[in-house]
Amino acid sequence: MGDNLFIILLSSILVNNFVMNKFLGCCPFLGVSKKVSTAMGMGLAVTFVMGVASLVTYFIQVYLLDTLKLGYLQTIAFILVIAVLVQLVEMVIKRMSPSLYKALGVYLPLITTNCAVLGVTILNITEGYSLLGSVVNGIGSALGFTLAIVLFAGVRERLEDSKIPKAFQGFPSTLIAAGLMSMAFLGFQGLI
Amino acid sequence: MNKFKKIVLNGIITENPTFRLVLGMCPTLAVTTAAVNGLGMGLATTFVLICSNLVISLIRNFVPDKVRIPAYIVVIATFVTMVDLFLKAFLPDLSESLGLFIPLIVVNCIIFARAEAFASKNPPLDSMLDGLGMGLGFTCALTIISCVRELLGSGCLFGVDLLGPSYPPALIFVLAPGGFITLGLVLAAVNKLLSLRRKKSEGVA
Repeated sequence: MGDNLFIILLSSILVNNFVMNKFLGCCPFLGVSKKVSTAMGMGLAVTFVMGVASLVTYFIQVYLLDTLKLGYLQTIAFILVIAVLVQLVEMVIKRMSPSLYKALGVYLPLITTNCAVLGVTILNITEGYSLLGSVVNGIGSALGFTLAIVLFAGVRERLEDSKIPKAFQGFPSTLIAAGLMSMAFLGFQGLI
Repeated sequence: MNKFKKIVLNGIITENPTFRLVLGMCPTLAVTTAAVNGLGMGLATTFVLICSNLVISLIRNFVPDKVRIPAYIVVIATFVTMVDLFLKAFLPDLSESLGLFIPLIVVNCIIFARAEAFASKNPPLDSMLDGLGMGLGFTCALTIISCVRELLGSGCLFGVDLLGPSYPPALIFVLAPGGFITLGLVLAAVNKLLSLRRKKSEGVA
C-alpha cells in the first residue's frame, strides 16, 4: 500500500503532470505565471484546495451519490462543493492570516473556475482511488501544477526582455515556450 | 435584423473567444488531437452556451447580485450534465474520447465570461444569439487547430488518410507539446493576418 501511494504521488507530480500532460489548469497557468512570487502563492492555495476537495468529494461520492444512486448529479454536486470550499478557505485565511490573504488576493476566488480542481475530483472517482489515494493524488497533482507554474514563471520573466517578432508577441510566444517545456516533461514518461 | 447579425458575427470574428479573447484554453489544447473531437467539443460547448445564456438572461432580474455566481454555476452545470448524458447515450465513441473534458465544460471560462459580460445585461434573444456566435467562433477555432494537429500528427483528416503511407506522422503534434506549439503558431498567424488587414484598410482610407 505504501509503495502504491508513492507511485500515485510520483506519477501525479511528474509523469502525468496536470498542466504539461493533461492540459488541466491552463487558464491560471497562462494567466498567473508572470511573476515567480505570485505563481508560488497561487500554487500553494491551489494545493490546499485540491487536497481538501479530494477529501470532501470522496465522502460525497461514497456516502451521498452512490448510496442514493444520484451519480448523474456528480458534476453539479462537485462544483458546488468546490465553490463553497473556496469561499470557506477565503474566509478562514482572511481571519487567521490577513497578510497571506492580501498576498493571494484576487487569485483565491479564481480557484473555483480552475479546471484542475474539478478535474482531479472527477479523476479520483473514475480511477477508483481509495480515500488515502484520492488525497495523495489531489495533493500530488497540485504540487505538479505548482512546479509547472513556478518553473514557467521563471521562463516568462526571461522572455519579457527578449526581442520577439511582432506577430509572436504576447500569447503566441508564451504558448510556444510552454510547448517546449511540456516537451521536457515528456522525458519523465518512462519513469514509471 | 442587422443588429442580430452583428451580435453573431461579433462572436465568430471580432471577439473570437479563442483567438481574440484567449479564453477556454484547457479544452482548446486538450481535445484538439483529432478534427472530430475538436468539432464535437465545439458543438457541445455551443449548445451549453446558448442554453445557459438564455436561462441566465431570463433570470437576470430575479437573482440577487450576491448569489449570482452560484446561481450561474448551477444553471451551467445542469446543461453540461444534459450534454454529458446525451453524448453517453447517442455518441459513445465521442464521449469516450472527450472523456473528462465534458464535465469540465462547467469551468470553461468562455461560458462564465459570456454569462457575466453579456447574458446578465441583455434580453433573452440577444443573449441566445451571443451564445450562438461565441459558440460557433469557439467551434471554428477548435476545428482549425485540430485539423492542423491531426494532419501533421497522423496524416489524416476526420479519420480519412490524406497524406498516404509515404508520410511519416510527426507524433509530437498529437502529444501535449504539439498542442501548445500549434496554438501558438495559429495565434501568431491570426495576429499577422489581422495586422495586414488593418494596414490595408488604413491604406485605402
